[in-house]
Amino acid sequence: MSKQHVSTTINGDGIEFLCEPHQSLLEVLRDELGLTGTKEGCATGDCGACSVMIDGRLVCSCLMLGVEAEGVQVTTIEGIAGADGLHVIQQKYLEHAALQCGICTPGFIVATKALLEKNPDPDETTIRYWLAGNLCRCTGYDKIVRAVQDAAQSLAYEA
Amino acid sequence: MAEALDLKAIGTRPVRPDGIDKVTGRAAFGADLHLPNMLHGMVLRSPHAHARIKRVDLTRARAAEGVLAAVSGADFPGGAGAGDLAKNVIARDKVLYHGHAVAAVAAKTLLQAEAALDLIEVDYEVLDPVMSLDEAMADGATLVNESQHTNGDTSKPASNIAATQRFERGDLEAGFAEADIVVETEHRVPMAHQGYIEPHACTATANEDGKATVWCCTQGHFDVRSLTAQVLGEKVGNIKVIPSEIGGGFGGKTTIYLEPLAVRMSQMTGRPVKMTMSREDVFRATGPTSGTWCRAKIGAKKDGTFTAASAWLAYEAGAFPGAPIGPGCMSVLAPYEVPNLVIEGNDVLVNKPKVCAYRAPGAPQSMHAMESAIDELARQLDMDPIDLRLKNSAAEGTVAPYGPRFPAIGLRECLEAAKVHPNYTAPVPEGAGRGVAVGFWFNIGMQSSAEVRIAEDGAVTVMEGSPDIGGSRASMALMAAETLGVPYEQVKAHVGDTESTGFCNVTGGSRTTFATGMAVVQACEDIIAQCKQRAALTWDLDEEQVDWVDGEAVPKPGVNADVKPLSLADIARGAGRTGGPLLGRASLNAQGAGASFSCNFTDTIVDTETGKVDVLSFTAVQDAGRAIHPSYVEGQMQGGAVQGIGWALNEEYIYDDNGVMENAGFLDYRVPVASDMPMIDTEIIEVPNPFHPYGVRGVGETPIVAPLAAVSNAVRDQLGFRIPDLPLSPPRVLEAIDEQGGGD
Repeated sequence: MSKQHVSTTINGDGIEFLCEPHQSLLEVLRDELGLTGTKEGCATGDCGACSVMIDGRLVCSCLMLGVEAEGVQVTTIEGIAGADGLHVIQQKYLEHAALQCGICTPGFIVATKALLEKNPDPDETTIRYWLAGNLCRCTGYDKIVRAVQDAAQSLAYEA
Repeated sequence: MAEALDLKAIGTRPVRPDGIDKVTGRAAFGADLHLPNMLHGMVLRSPHAHARIKRVDLTRARAAEGVLAAVSGADFPGGAGAGDLAKNVIARDKVLYHGHAVAAVAAKTLLQAEAALDLIEVDYEVLDPVMSLDEAMADGATLVNESQHTNGDTSKPASNIAATQRFERGDLEAGFAEADIVVETEHRVPMAHQGYIEPHACTATANEDGKATVWCCTQGHFDVRSLTAQVLGEKVGNIKVIPSEIGGGFGGKTTIYLEPLAVRMSQMTGRPVKMTMSREDVFRATGPTSGTWCRAKIGAKKDGTFTAASAWLAYEAGAFPGAPIGPGCMSVLAPYEVPNLVIEGNDVLVNKPKVCAYRAPGAPQSMHAMESAIDELARQLDMDPIDLRLKNSAAEGTVAPYGPRFPAIGLRECLEAAKVHPNYTAPVPEGAGRGVAVGFWFNIGMQSSAEVRIAEDGAVTVMEGSPDIGGSRASMALMAAETLGVPYEQVKAHVGDTESTGFCNVTGGSRTTFATGMAVVQACEDIIAQCKQRAALTWDLDEEQVDWVDGEAVPKPGVNADVKPLSLADIARGAGRTGGPLLGRASLNAQGAGASFSCNFTDTIVDTETGKVDVLSFTAVQDAGRAIHPSYVEGQMQGGAVQGIGWALNEEYIYDDNGVMENAGFLDYRVPVASDMPMIDTEIIEVPNPFHPYGVRGVGETPIVAPLAAVSNAVRDQLGFRIPDLPLSPPRVLEAIDEQGGGD
């Protein structure tokens, strides 16, 4: 089968790409577009390392086909920081030492952003259940949860 | 004394040097390299747990569309000493576990490579798999390796017991006879995986001049260089290894799997070859740590004084010898003064993946057994479990069961801090149970090198060769800033490849902050010595008349010189006039890695309807010697605790009758997720290690040791009976409750 043409928006930029019909969005991002910030930990939707937002909704990009990106807005880790610097969430992950090896961090940050856009004032239990789709093997989650709590407070203060 | 040091940088919590790259997605990990003209390699893995390979035919695969190379074991004659490692990388005459690599192909696309795997013809003579320690150790057992003799003793018949280890002290029987109470327990803990989130990945490029470059995620690129050279029969100098960022390892990335295959296929094609593992490959063919069968026995007087103890330990090695019985035996009684003891370890072959190091390899399993027995002893003595451990605690001067006399150690300090911790003085929540356990890891030193370079504006670049797996660049930068007397922000720390920095052993054994840190401190001291010399030259003084204070060269008190202090920047700017650029170096084989002890306690509650265990609180107290960056020390303690809790409650390799792992994915091999866990409370104890300039002890491994027993003991506390085996997963707990006649 020949490659498919897809028009989409990634981190605000209009993008066109060709991909095989079987390629996942994760493969397209990493292998065709060079956006390697999105990570593969399992390719079966169990680890969350490949988390992206599609039209504001949190999705495992390994479970979505590249061709399904037609006409949607994709946000990846590369689109979280702005021209004016790091996003508050990124800053808080750094300040709280909420990463050790860093492989799960892009997925966690995207998932955190999706959470705080939906619920700006989550309690600890809500944070833990929201992030239950993202595996971290290094931190034991403690410092991640604290970073998310602090980010939520900072964003509320800014608002 | 380290206690009296006036520290400015050490003990602060700055943002790590590589932090921004890791929160923005810029950091490049093992699978993130894409090269022009790159081929994709894939591995054909054994569908059998145990079989003889009669024939491998690559002809059809080689002819397939897009395929440029295909290899099997015959393509790896191997250099001297490659042995088991080479056979694990790619099987020769036998496959020894389901998932064992048999052949590999490189093709223009992944899809073409995958299709070509189906065209490889392999004839197997299927053999019975040996899947448990009981089977493997039984008389007349099927042999995993027909030429394996215990401890190499060919006067005895071949055996699946590859090696044994024994520590002995005093008179065991007399010691037990002296005891008022003797407790004996027996435990089985299944194989578990390190569970790093990043699958193994590498990209190899072989040049026409015979030199090859390997980009890969590893805990030790110098080891990848030497091991890959061994398997390929190449000179070490022909291979350059660039370590990518590493997405977790926990010991599991201290060896090689894909690298020789990628290099060989790159040599055959003249094109870069990239290979990545799927998560399933990672479970089936890498890691794991040993499943174990352990017996613990301990005797004490009525006042709690230990009189004797013994441990019998059997560890699954997987397909090749090398289970961590040494560390298992070393750790099991290390926290205690025991006058009479016998510790025996058995390294046992089974048809499962070759085990690899996993965070304090061997210690969690053996100490789970002994710490469970000690918990039973405390109950029978009606003593607080911390008091019983305090009464028998090892301290400075105690001779460890494995030989050496402990220098200053912090076990008592940990136990005393736990005893008065608000989480311990608080009552056990209604219906829940509380468990206590002690952890230990001896830590290692080994070889490290470091270079420190000063730019013309005084900027400090630290270059070393220990892959940063959890924030070690920050520790290196902090120790450099402290030693040089400059702000942390003035220092950058880098991990160099095998050609751009001096040799460092693996990031493992909790050695990096200790040993590579020591090299960084010494390289900074080299810079200071040079700066003093340059200042003396500038001021026309003797070197001995110059001091280094707070990042500046100054005349020593009493020296008559009307000069302004010279900062690092001042000296660097004028370096061309005083002898050239400032470059500090150190290399060492670090001695005196201080042991790190811990005390963990936890409150858990079992749902007696479902068998599910919830962790209500978990407290980790550990001696770090000196916490260079306290947040990352806490992070090690918290991460290790949660890995230990996962192993205690859920994680296990589940096999079917044919030796096929049934849960080779994160859906069914369930590691803890955020909603499973409470906050992990930490308390860092600092009993400085006398052998490190700032008192550092390794902290990375001890945290996983105590949680297995702490959780088991907490569940025991609530249920009123012990479930000796792990994991305490809902089916096992429910079955145990049913056997006891309900959850009352």
